[in-house]
Amino acid sequence: MTMTNDGLAATRRLIIKGVASVALVGLGQLPFSVSRALAAANDKYPEDAFKQKSEADAIKALYGKNPEPSDKVKLDAPEIAENGAVVPISVSSSLADVSSISILVSENPNALAASYKIPAGTVPGVANRLKMAKTTNVIAVVEAGGKLYSASREVKVTVGGCGG
Amino acid sequence: MASSIRVRATSSGETTEVQALIQHPMDSGFVKDAKGELIPPHFIQQLTFEYDGKNVFIADWGPAVSKDPYIKFSFKGGKKGDDLKISWIDNKGASDTTTAKIQ
Repeated sequence: MTMTNDGLAATRRLIIKGVASVALVGLGQLPFSVSRALAAANDKYPEDAFKQKSEADAIKALYGKNPEPSDKVKLDAPEIAENGAVVPISVSSSLADVSSISILVSENPNALAASYKIPAGTVPGVANRLKMAKTTNVIAVVEAGGKLYSASREVKVTVGGCGG
Repeated sequence: MASSIRVRATSSGETTEVQALIQHPMDSGFVKDAKGELIPPHFIQQLTFEYDGKNVFIADWGPAVSKDPYIKFSFKGGKKGDDLKISWIDNKGASDTTTAKIQ
């Protein structure tokens, strides 16, 4: 008798486990499809953000919130850029779940220079070359786990890269 | 016609490093030509990298990205011999697409 009871109990446990995991999978599906839909909407070019003059307005237009400074955002830029038309800048981060990286140049006519979407599975880092009008701050903004982090650095520019 | 996009994608086993160089004027709209007239803005707005039917990287660019833009990033996975599709579209609606083999 005890044997059968044990067997029954074990089967019951298995069934409960099975039901629980099915329920979990079911729950998991919904947020996934929602986030997928959001991601698709985010694929659109953020025209409005690129039109903003100041970096604060551009960050707001892009993310709708403010970043906090973080030493986990690594911004590599030269101390002195001789040619403002080509300033090599790279950003990387040790934060988890990075979904986006943006680079802004404070005193350019439009602060936002580039914004990168980082899908899951892509290493959170990017290197590119930007134009800088004059000596000013370069700001890297990283979105990770729904929060915003930033790092900034002054780059001295000898010859501006925006003409005029 | 030769493609405007030059790509090198190198797999190290775990990750694939992608470097791309695109020929494009990236005119900001703030520069004057020899006659003193403003050159209208002409720049790439979006650049996408697609691997295995999925976007692995999307760049949204403003005119502050340098002429003949360069970009480097890495993604996890990517097998030698597989295709990586790269396409861009600019603010005048022009576009280009190329496919590179991961090395």
